[in-house]
Amino acid sequence: MDQALAIAVSILFLGTAYAMILYIISVGLSVTMGLMGFQNLAHGVFAMAGGYVCTRTMAEFGVPFLPSLVLAFVVVAAISVAFERLLYARLYGAGELEQVLFTIGLAFMAIAAAKFMFGPISQRVDLPDYLKGQIEFMGRGFPTYRVFLIVVGVAIIAALWLAIERTTFGAQVRAAVDNRRMAESLGINTGRLFTLTFALGSGLAGLGGALGADILPVDPGYPLRHLVYFLIVVAVGGLGSLRGPFVAALLLGIGDSACTILVPQIGAFFVYAVTLGLLLWRPQGLFGRM
Amino acid sequence: MAPHARDAARTSPVDSLVTRHRLRPLELLPWVLVIPPYWLFDTYLPLGSEILIMVLFALSLDLILGYAGIVTLGHAAFFGLGAYTAGILAANGWGEPISGLAAAAAVAGATGYVTGRIILRAHGLTLLMMTLVIVLALNEAANRMGWLTGGADGLSGIEMWPLLGLFRFDLYGRTGYVYAAAVLFVAWIFVRRIVHSPFGRSLTGIRENVTRMHAIGVPVRTRQVTIYAIAAVLAGIAGGLLAQTTQSVALTVMTFERSGAILIMLVLGGVGRLYGAFVGVPAYMIAQDNLARLDPVYWYFWVGLMLVVVVLFARGGILGIVDRARDLVVRRRP
Amino acid sequence: MRLFRIATLALTAIVSATAADAQTVRVGFVTSLSGPSASIGDLMDKAVRLYIEQNAASIAPVRVEIIRRDDTGPNPEVARRLTQELITRERVQLLTGYIYTPNAMAVAPLINEARIPTIIMNAGTSAIVRQSQMFARVSFTMWQSAYPLGQWTARQQGVRRSYTLVADYAPGHDSEQAFIRGFTEGGGQNVAAVRMPMNTVDFAPFLQRVRDERPDALFIFVPAGVVARGIMKAYADLGLAQAGIRLVGQGDITPDEELPNMTDVPEGIITMHHYSADADRPANRAFVEAWRRAYGANSTPSFYSVGAWDAMAAIFHVIREQRGQIDPARTMELLRGWENPNSPRGMVRIDRETRDVVQNEYLRRLERVDGRLVNREIETIPMVSDPWVRFNPAPPR
Repeated sequence: MDQALAIAVSILFLGTAYAMILYIISVGLSVTMGLMGFQNLAHGVFAMAGGYVCTRTMAEFGVPFLPSLVLAFVVVAAISVAFERLLYARLYGAGELEQVLFTIGLAFMAIAAAKFMFGPISQRVDLPDYLKGQIEFMGRGFPTYRVFLIVVGVAIIAALWLAIERTTFGAQVRAAVDNRRMAESLGINTGRLFTLTFALGSGLAGLGGALGADILPVDPGYPLRHLVYFLIVVAVGGLGSLRGPFVAALLLGIGDSACTILVPQIGAFFVYAVTLGLLLWRPQGLFGRM
Repeated sequence: MAPHARDAARTSPVDSLVTRHRLRPLELLPWVLVIPPYWLFDTYLPLGSEILIMVLFALSLDLILGYAGIVTLGHAAFFGLGAYTAGILAANGWGEPISGLAAAAAVAGATGYVTGRIILRAHGLTLLMMTLVIVLALNEAANRMGWLTGGADGLSGIEMWPLLGLFRFDLYGRTGYVYAAAVLFVAWIFVRRIVHSPFGRSLTGIRENVTRMHAIGVPVRTRQVTIYAIAAVLAGIAGGLLAQTTQSVALTVMTFERSGAILIMLVLGGVGRLYGAFVGVPAYMIAQDNLARLDPVYWYFWVGLMLVVVVLFARGGILGIVDRARDLVVRRRP
Repeated sequence: MRLFRIATLALTAIVSATAADAQTVRVGFVTSLSGPSASIGDLMDKAVRLYIEQNAASIAPVRVEIIRRDDTGPNPEVARRLTQELITRERVQLLTGYIYTPNAMAVAPLINEARIPTIIMNAGTSAIVRQSQMFARVSFTMWQSAYPLGQWTARQQGVRRSYTLVADYAPGHDSEQAFIRGFTEGGGQNVAAVRMPMNTVDFAPFLQRVRDERPDALFIFVPAGVVARGIMKAYADLGLAQAGIRLVGQGDITPDEELPNMTDVPEGIITMHHYSADADRPANRAFVEAWRRAYGANSTPSFYSVGAWDAMAAIFHVIREQRGQIDPARTMELLRGWENPNSPRGMVRIDRETRDVVQNEYLRRLERVDGRLVNREIETIPMVSDPWVRFNPAPPR
């Protein structure tokens, strides 16, 4: 019985830590896709950019880890505003195919640019001493960094929830997701709202990329390698919701850990089967609007 | 789409409807171009047959993407199934090419029909994800079934019998080139007929306005599933051809990357025009063959830039540019 | 008279031109220069350039011309097409390169038909060289390192139970079987053989399971690169070393070029490999020094580079012996039994019978020297030939 409990604790703990990274990176994608109906396959680029900002500022300017995380958020959010205004905005009315192709093109260019600037090898992350090693709890060791991930993840989720549910900005976003024309006729500047939301979502992706850099190493192949997982979280969770991607990320993270620890023979099929099954059952995702 | 609308503007609407399916001389141009390389560029024939095969693959994608408006990132699943079917048959003692292709077509088509029935009720991101997940799952299955597919080592030991019992697959790739060209020609006639048939017109209708097609009583889902299965058959044949002419199959036949690459080639040529595949695939592959040699590391940058430029400034691809140029010339005439 | 002189001059020109042509040996080199494996191709290409630069004089007046082609990754149809073009259009006399097994497998029928001697620089599945009499290999096989590593692990004090964790694809399956065979023949018991999907992102759950199982030794194989780094990180995070689980593996889990980025990986990890850049042999020191002079102080050659280096050494050997007149049968005869005592990896030989590589395998210990991690060689297993061949005798033809 003790053994079973220990296994359950491991599954929950490791799965949740992984889910936090997935969630922080993907939530922005869910909101922007839901808000603007934009198929953004270049979202991983922002996560990769965050990872590079964090690791390079630490390596070259000696910025400590925590401030470099903040930098990752701010820099990526700022860059994304330029992207949104100059490029994405031209395609809001375009078809799905155009958006898919355009964003794949951006991802390709980003991959080549990353290779040119930072070389093909993954970036080194120097964690501060207080995040290394293990924390002893109830006679078991837990990797400190993953505990930190869960704490930060929960804090971000709480902040997001407050921002969306308790502020005017949040109310405007919700209104625009529900009914864009109605929101516009009530005098909400949806264009500006989009830009702000996009910046927030991309900034979060950057933060997620930086936070996750120690577990998902940052290298030029990053945007396409992890794209499938980000998209699965968004599609399964449902577009335009905060709750959906969270549940989907937990499901994916914990389910994957459980599958790995209990029945490793199933391997990669678990994720695919669950995704296909859930999408057949609820084509709009778990919490998507019909 | 735009080109037809312009045709209609120049002649009377009825004329354009009646003559649309008639063969215009220009349409034979690709077939004229296919012949000389056999003698002129005989050391380029392996590249030539690969281009012909990818044209067939792109043509099959055009059917569902350009005519039925289904955006998919998983079309390589059918290409891969075809390649593995033909390859596994030939590696296990049945090297007859044409029946091998038929088997490839059957397996891919059946899979296309079944998955089409399941996934085509969704659209948008959901559909995109389902197509993606299917190709990923099939790839993983091929990786794990090493006893059948060779897994990551690739399928080896493919031995082809002579084509029609007469022509051996030779070192210069002559037989392979003629074989691929012949299969593509037959497929082209078939696709052309479909596109100009009432069935094909109803697909365009579904792409342009689903609600209206529902309203006039078109069985939308059935039509979509049918064309999806037909496209799968053609993709399977293309995959089978690749396996037979190169006598090798590896996991890369069935990846998200290959789905993306064929999509890019088709878009470069022009979607929904029947000839986009004939223009885009050679343009892309010849560019890759040359550019990648000059600057292999940053080839991805140029592909990405090309995509962005096509989407922003040239939505009809190369053929779209040709159309616009022709319109300019025609309009200037008194 | 004047006409005669012009004709003679023209004739001499033609003759000397053909003579000069005959003095140039054309070598096709198929590797990955773009796509995800571009960095591997780069490490090989740099070695090829460096070798030619240093040794061009040794075959003078014969010159060697390398014709590079990019197969973009494990794409056998592309590798096959490029090889076909190299043979028919570029008229190459020798072929080399080939990072991936499926690519090498796919060219076997071609080189059989065209009779082009082909030296494999990297692809490591045992069965490849049997596909054609024209193949010779200077790289490695999975069995060559994993099998002796299994034997060595079984000999260690207090190691009775092992656990294997490999990437779920053909090379992973090879090394899993090789390790388990070596380990169980040495009297150990393998308690679990787990295969990890290729798209695994978070390795922690796999290692958690290992931790709960508490084996004495853990064998890991994953492809070198970000994957290797990810799993080493999870190994450190979950404190497996502190739990007394010894980690062993092939060189791929501690690749020299990734070591600077592996920060808090514990020392003491044991790997078996045929090359490490830190090896203290004069030939290797000279090689690494020349490499850094040519490509910068931060650049480090890897086993990919050494495979390419020795392939060039073998190519130069056959050119020198035949004075640039490449005859396929004679070339294969020269390659059989060829050896290079001065390779950066130590002695290396191509087996006379199997045409496969025979080389030293080095047992290395991951150590921290002046604050940076290095693979230090602690034991040498001399001249290992591929054990797979012993267990899988060729079927009679």
